[in-house]
Amino acid sequence: MALPERAQVQEILRGMWITFRSMFEKPVTIQYPEVKRRIHTRFRGRHVLNRYENGLEKCIGCSLCAAACPADAIFVESAENTDEERYSPGERYASTYEINMLRCIFCGYCEDACPTQAITLEDNYELSFTSRRDAIYTKERLLVPVPEGGKPTPQKVEPGVFTRAVPEMADPTD
Amino acid sequence: MDTALLIEWLIKSVILLFFGLTGFAYLTLLERRALARIQVRIGPNRAGPWGLLQPLADGIKLIFKEELIPPLADKPLFILSPILTVLPALIIWAVIPWGRQIVIAGREINLYLTDINVGVLYLTAVASIAVYGITLAGWSSNNKYALLGGLRSSAQMVSYELALGLAFLGPIMLAGSMSLVDIVEAQKNLWFVVPQFLGFIIFLLAGLAEVNRAPFDMPEAEQELTAGYHTEYSGMKFALFFMAEYIKMIAISAIAATLFLGGYRLPFIDLPPILDPVVLFIKIFVLVFGMIWVRATLPRLRYDRLMALGWKVLLPLALVNVFITAVIMVFTG
Repeated sequence: MALPERAQVQEILRGMWITFRSMFEKPVTIQYPEVKRRIHTRFRGRHVLNRYENGLEKCIGCSLCAAACPADAIFVESAENTDEERYSPGERYASTYEINMLRCIFCGYCEDACPTQAITLEDNYELSFTSRRDAIYTKERLLVPVPEGGKPTPQKVEPGVFTRAVPEMADPTD
Repeated sequence: MDTALLIEWLIKSVILLFFGLTGFAYLTLLERRALARIQVRIGPNRAGPWGLLQPLADGIKLIFKEELIPPLADKPLFILSPILTVLPALIIWAVIPWGRQIVIAGREINLYLTDINVGVLYLTAVASIAVYGITLAGWSSNNKYALLGGLRSSAQMVSYELALGLAFLGPIMLAGSMSLVDIVEAQKNLWFVVPQFLGFIIFLLAGLAEVNRAPFDMPEAEQELTAGYHTEYSGMKFALFFMAEYIKMIAISAIAATLFLGGYRLPFIDLPPILDPVVLFIKIFVLVFGMIWVRATLPRLRYDRLMALGWKVLLPLALVNVFITAVIMVFTG
């Protein structure tokens, strides 16, 4: 007859005590749709296309983001700005801007490549879609709303004001 | 036969079945919530207040699931075995007393379905039928994992039934009767867990093995055998196996409470008979919670160690226990 050793019984009882104790700990569960996890400052969520304070789009349609994208998820087509119909400062703007969220790997290279900080990765991670077509985010879905005091694009502007595509640096040593 | 008696039996049977089935449904919820708390989670809490409608949602889901029968399975046996598993778990309740007598409308009603003089023998006999269901389920599925699970369960249940039967002997000797009501009444002042502590421990271990609960859940061992004997089952047939497992959990707790923990009685205090089922329920709850707690703590035993524990430890210990009890009873009269 091979009776269990004393140490074995002790370990079993110790284990039981540990599981009993853990019953009174605070659960780590986050009740998701009601309570949301804290988003860290450098979190890379869904992209947005930003605007200047006057409502003009920051994107100048240069396609550097598409070139930088390792997953080939971004498609940009650009067109000419005129002072009658101005979308962005400078010569050109993005007439089509599409990101395929099924391809995007959220690396943030587009953000790094952008000369005007037009595209940034923000904190929205609730990306669900029910079809492949829905997974392609168009310009309308990516653009942020017009800020207060700004006007929607295209704007009719004074000639010769918005000639620079990339804003002048406030502090060149920065 | 007296018509009133027939109606009384019918009502009591319906109550027992209702208790068994609701008990099964809410035991699954209790287990999921308790396991979650032990693992510092919350557990299912979306369906209804505190997740109370979760068993209903699970049931509806299982009813609408497709019932698959493998083409090479032995069809009649495949259909028969879940029924064969769940039936003993239900009829075992017939002899478990859940109270004394109460008087309703001038009629004395015993709070148990029947009190046969070989009650304990009935328990062991009925509990053994379940092994056929599980073994046949494994065999008729025509699946090697299921077959292994079935084989394991037959070996395990047969081995542990010996120790279980011998653990039954202690209370039988002390009470001098095989009737469960007599055994409970014999524990009026002293629960049999005190003179039969070793027997109680053996009963708990063998009982865990008998109902295939962790750490003795070799027959279904998810990690090694995918799901063991019920690998090929789906829908309500699968639900029947789970029903059997959970009702047997409640039943084995009820038997442990009856044989060792004074059944529906509290020591020294005389409660009105109407509260007897409540007392029994509390004891069952504590034991069932213990089973869940053990499942949350201990990992599954290796198969050869399970057999070694059954044959080399529990069986000799149970024999020694019976022998010592007999000797002491002879000498003290």
